[in-house]
Amino acid sequence: MKAVTISPHEVGHIASLTKVPLASEEEQRFAKAFNVTLAVVDKLFSIDISSVAETHQVTGLTNVFQEDEIDSGRMLTQEEALANAPRSHNGFFVVDQVIEQK
Amino acid sequence: MKLNTYTLRQTIRKLKQKEFSHSELYKDIHGIIAEKNETLNIYLCLDAEAVKKAERNLDKPLAGVPIAIKDNFLTKDLATTASARLLEGFHAPYESTVTHNLHQSGGVIVGKTNMDAWAHGSSTETSDFGPSKNPRNPSYLPGGSSGGSAAAVAADMCVAAIGSETAGSIRQPSSWCGVVGIKPTYGRVSRYGVVAMGSSLDSPGPIGKTVFDCSLLLNSIAGYDQSDATTSDRPVPDFTHDLDRGVKGMKIGLCYVDHPKLKGTPASEAVEKAAKLLEGFGAEVNRVPIAEEVRPDTILTPDYAVGVYTVIQRSEVSSNLARYDGIRYGHDRSYFSEEAKRRMMLGTFTLSTGHADQYYVRAEKVRSLIIQNFRQLFARYDVLISPTSSGYAQKLGASRDNPMFGEIEDMLMEPSSISGLSGVSVPCFHDPVTNLYLGLNIVADQWQEEKALRAAYTFEQHTDWNLWASKERDNG
Repeated sequence: MKAVTISPHEVGHIASLTKVPLASEEEQRFAKAFNVTLAVVDKLFSIDISSVAETHQVTGLTNVFQEDEIDSGRMLTQEEALANAPRSHNGFFVVDQVIEQK
Repeated sequence: MKLNTYTLRQTIRKLKQKEFSHSELYKDIHGIIAEKNETLNIYLCLDAEAVKKAERNLDKPLAGVPIAIKDNFLTKDLATTASARLLEGFHAPYESTVTHNLHQSGGVIVGKTNMDAWAHGSSTETSDFGPSKNPRNPSYLPGGSSGGSAAAVAADMCVAAIGSETAGSIRQPSSWCGVVGIKPTYGRVSRYGVVAMGSSLDSPGPIGKTVFDCSLLLNSIAGYDQSDATTSDRPVPDFTHDLDRGVKGMKIGLCYVDHPKLKGTPASEAVEKAAKLLEGFGAEVNRVPIAEEVRPDTILTPDYAVGVYTVIQRSEVSSNLARYDGIRYGHDRSYFSEEAKRRMMLGTFTLSTGHADQYYVRAEKVRSLIIQNFRQLFARYDVLISPTSSGYAQKLGASRDNPMFGEIEDMLMEPSSISGLSGVSVPCFHDPVTNLYLGLNIVADQWQEEKALRAAYTFEQHTDWNLWASKERDNG
């Protein structure tokens, strides 16, 4: 498989997906850093994986369930849940408007 | 003798036998902190109430000893930032399971230690609050990400400490600071209340002065936790119980010493000597050749694990750090510093449409191959040994402008970490000119910590690299 490189323009797109603000000077610098990293990762293309399954977790545990019941010992009160919020109002988190008005 | 210089085992005994009081002990601990913290930058905050809390815990197993906690464990009494400005001002509304368990056992948090921000790094240089310095030689880095905790132990600024490892973050700073660190099996110790980084990898664990101390601390923090569905409900052994059983008949695989980056280095030579010593005590040691493919009698070159780890870690970081929206707690996303931004963004890329199969899925498949390789090796060997790090601590500034610093530094631990294995690092050489240390990495299969600890204890007891262990042996 052909090695991939990332351009400064693509870095800008990835930053918007990641929701982090990035200066144009950073786009240049990050593109360089990403390509250094991807060059190391390219090693993964030199081994045969055609008959291998993926490993997402190593615990060997399957289907870990617990009873669907309220455990007040593991709950935060409304006051505790809001205590760290920069903005709250009448017991709610205040968020910026995300739907545009017509 | 200053009371802060005793091991955990000695301190507990001396407190219980009333050889000295909590206030005398904490006076010396706070004395050394006042003397050195400003230059070494190890503690981010201290608990002013620590001695009062300690006095109430004399009858518990840990007797109120002062423990340093890496700043990514949520604590109700002390601020938690994970060394990131984004979390400045955050007060955790609940306690991490690890610190809760420590309180139950009678451990007292003396303070929270500096780390790489979000645990992204192997130097503490990505901390938003400046790097820590290596107490063995302040021109050098302590390693990371649990650099503050390892440095706190090395400087006798606590009796023992807690760190967390994703791939090397306990063992590498332990190696660089000349202390002992255990990376437990993934799922042995709860991740509940630990600022999440790589959720399929993160393993909290102890950092201490001796193998016994770390084993004792592991007893207190390990076990099933209802709040972390990846913890195992298998019984937790007393990790101190079999330490002195020796290594007679133990099968040891000597790994990575012939890797091009290691061959002929002090790190490789020290580990070869360690292998000889263990052989002298009855272990059966065999060299495991490095290979480019999976075979039952060779070990896959760690270069593959570096690639796997880099992709999986970035991917899991991008998912975990998406929660910092500045709405429920913490500042907004403009507060992320460069390293975190880079890791989240690369993870976003490796998980994105069109690239997920190429990177993330492929990495998870190569991960399976590495696990398969370890299964074969553990059918032949009880433990595998290698250098912890390819060399001594590096100078301040070494990680700057090197986006792969951590991955290369931790290349010898990444294979075992992505496979969920357990490991321990013990000091195995000391350079009298620089006063810096090298570490011996002893890896055991999942749930087999006791084997690695037994080999580590045997090595420690029959060498003089660890001055705390030597003094304890001589004076009791």
